[in-house]
Amino acid sequence: MKGLIAMSLENPQRRVFLQAAALAGGGFVIGIAPREAGAADAAPAVLNPFVRVNADNTVTVIVKHVEMGQGTYTGMPTLVAEEMDADWAQIRVEGAPADAKLYNNLAFGPMQGTGGSTAMANSWTQLRMAGAAARAMLVAAAAEKWKVPADSIAVSNGVLTHRATGRRLGFGALAADAARQPLPADIRLKEPKDFKLIGKRLARKDGRDKTNGSAKFTSDVKLPGMLTALVAHPPRFGATVKSFNASKTIMVKGVVEVVRIPSGVAVLARDFWSAKQGRDALLVEWDESAANRLGSTEILDQYRALAAKPGAVARSEGNAADALAGAAKRIDAAYEFPFLAHAPMEPMDCVVKFDGDRCEVWSGEQFQTVDQAAIAGVLGLKPEQVSINMLYAGGSFGRRANPVADFSVEAAQIAKAIRGQSPVKLVWTREDDMRGGYYRPLYLHTLSAGLDAGGNITAWQHRIVGQSIVAGTAFEGMLVKDGIDPTSVEGASTLPYAIPNLLVDLHTTKIGVPVLWWRSVGSTHTAFSTETFLDELAAAAGRDPLEFRRALLAKHPRHLGVLNLAAEKAGWGKPLANIRDQARGRGLAVHESFHTFVAQVAEVSVGKDGALKVDRVVCAVDCGVAVNPDVIRAQMEGAIGFGLSAALHGAITLKDGVVEQSNFHNYAPLRINEMPRVEVYIVDSSEQPTGVGEPGLPPVAPAVANAIHAATGKRLRNLPLRLTA
Amino acid sequence: MAKLIVNGRLREADVAPDTPLLWALRDHLELTGTKYGCGMALCGACTVHIDGVATRSCVTPVSAVAGKKITTIEAVGATRAGRAVQTAWEKLDVVQCGYCQSGQIMSAAALLAKKPQPSDADIDAAMTGNICRCATYVRIRAAIKTAARLAEGAA
Repeated sequence: MKGLIAMSLENPQRRVFLQAAALAGGGFVIGIAPREAGAADAAPAVLNPFVRVNADNTVTVIVKHVEMGQGTYTGMPTLVAEEMDADWAQIRVEGAPADAKLYNNLAFGPMQGTGGSTAMANSWTQLRMAGAAARAMLVAAAAEKWKVPADSIAVSNGVLTHRATGRRLGFGALAADAARQPLPADIRLKEPKDFKLIGKRLARKDGRDKTNGSAKFTSDVKLPGMLTALVAHPPRFGATVKSFNASKTIMVKGVVEVVRIPSGVAVLARDFWSAKQGRDALLVEWDESAANRLGSTEILDQYRALAAKPGAVARSEGNAADALAGAAKRIDAAYEFPFLAHAPMEPMDCVVKFDGDRCEVWSGEQFQTVDQAAIAGVLGLKPEQVSINMLYAGGSFGRRANPVADFSVEAAQIAKAIRGQSPVKLVWTREDDMRGGYYRPLYLHTLSAGLDAGGNITAWQHRIVGQSIVAGTAFEGMLVKDGIDPTSVEGASTLPYAIPNLLVDLHTTKIGVPVLWWRSVGSTHTAFSTETFLDELAAAAGRDPLEFRRALLAKHPRHLGVLNLAAEKAGWGKPLANIRDQARGRGLAVHESFHTFVAQVAEVSVGKDGALKVDRVVCAVDCGVAVNPDVIRAQMEGAIGFGLSAALHGAITLKDGVVEQSNFHNYAPLRINEMPRVEVYIVDSSEQPTGVGEPGLPPVAPAVANAIHAATGKRLRNLPLRLTA
Repeated sequence: MAKLIVNGRLREADVAPDTPLLWALRDHLELTGTKYGCGMALCGACTVHIDGVATRSCVTPVSAVAGKKITTIEAVGATRAGRAVQTAWEKLDVVQCGYCQSGQIMSAAALLAKKPQPSDADIDAAMTGNICRCATYVRIRAAIKTAARLAEGAA
């Protein structure tokens, strides 16, 4: 979704906050019970769509972005608390109900959604406005009560004080009166020098619930009379149900009903285990006439043939073909990237309660209003008749941001098939999840470059072959321009290096395997091919990889900033400590994604048997203002681990159209014994903050591959990295 | 009807003897802190203690734990090691999505109960069965060491 973020969100964020607050204001004020201010049982006072002050002196911040681990339930309230001058301990967090008007994502709406590392960037002004407006209304209420001018009142740590007399009141005591105040005409935001919370390490708001087992995920929802549904899906994408025999299934104790739905056959039971056993006993005959039967090998063969021909141009400067023909030295390389499953720890699930003219949903979704509309469509309702309770997502990495809302639609189809007789909890098993598609697409890249006699890059030609993530979805019209899906080429088409003749082109393929964005999207593959190829060119030119990059980045100070910081902290150029019987090497990579800049230096050891260990990763990040440095560090650490899973192990392969992997034994995520030491350094910056959920991932695989080359002289161009046969 | 001693109480769950303990806990005893992740003892999200030993409840039939003491994430804070681990987890803000963390904490608490001062190798051996897709491993390692110090201080 890179490129969708307006260069400055400042004005839209202000405008939208004011519109939303005005729109919501009247209705919310009516909702406040006319009680004595400060009464312990007073109703909460809604000051605007993002801020509710409760009589018990807590403040509830309504967060429009799902918490899937990336820290939105900590970062978003920090912005509100800062401008309100609230005490961090009094802040509570609640997920927003699905509402595209009030909770639009200002970076890529009109829709409520979380993705493209936009949460902080699109909320930075909006939520500070919300906090500042709430503060002004509390001050106005106190001024009225004390009959003193507003500017004689100070606010600190959730307490309003009249400076001259020392009179004090907490937020809670003034909540109801504050809600009756008009929205202030002029909302002023703090100067950065006055920040008390932004830039500090504040404890995560979800830290306790997630360590004592009380945090609620979709899979934990239990409603009276609820049935658990498992669905038998076809073994090949594009197949449909021809017929089924449930005679053994209905004999399983606990199984209540078996229904056919568009995506398969659903078994509903009183609990998971009964539904699972019922599904195991089900016999389904599939109509595979329209099914995909291609395997990964055949797909790659097709892609290799396509790569021999020019594609649609994504970026062209100078004349790459001529410059390549006239180069003193030419280097060519090809790179292969497999399909990847997101495999979040919580497999896909969704709870739906359908009452004929209303539907209530429980889920941890990234695209709330997309799901809302899709579910409404299935049930013949209007979107506003579908309400969504936003729960924690047990990981997502893009999987719960599906433009076609696959599993939410499936849950609604089941509810429809049983005419809403019972609430339904759809649960996918790990195997369903692993084989359920919506993968990071398989890609083939070819790169060619020319060097002059002095070792300078004169030509760069980069061709990418693969499926479009947005083709056939509502995002296609919004994103695809001149036949280029930017999510296929981002990172390659935005190459920052100063190269006079440069061509990036794309073949968009149509393959019957469902694909989706996967943490850092296009940069999952473009960072690898560009940053390892650049290392090859540096070696061919006889130059140090760091110096080689520096010379090409003169016009990109933020790339340079992280590159220099990571290199310095890693001790670039200094010898690595010897480890007995191990070849050691250091490699680096730098990449911008979602307007955040990250450089990493990896240190590896390679044994005589080819066993690879990543020992240490030094990471430097520039994401503008560091709102919560500890969350930023956590996201860098996590993205490095997630990226290493793909670099070292990850591959979904198809054979005759059937996915060969099924669970964590043959789709192996990184485990703790493989996790390197990680050091994170944050560039001090006053730029507007940008996201950190994804940008830590792209540099790690190329940094490791470059380190392997430094250690062994071997160039690995395919992921996952394989040193042994 | 399975009779189980869970978190110090005798509980009854209306499930067949071959039902995995995980589903008896989650669907019948309202103890949803223990999570389903793989169903094959590959990820550790379902880890509970059986007589103090970290055990994957997704492959443990209820018939195998009759009469044994089952402890879940909801009650592990009552043990010294469990309390120390939870405190350290919060202190270091280990969690991200949080889904695997019940299992991580149960494995870590069992480790510390057995080895109060674990080495890196001990941590690897005890924790490699617990997958975290958010890759919070750097902090898990640090938090176990912090918990070891906390538990020692509380002794």
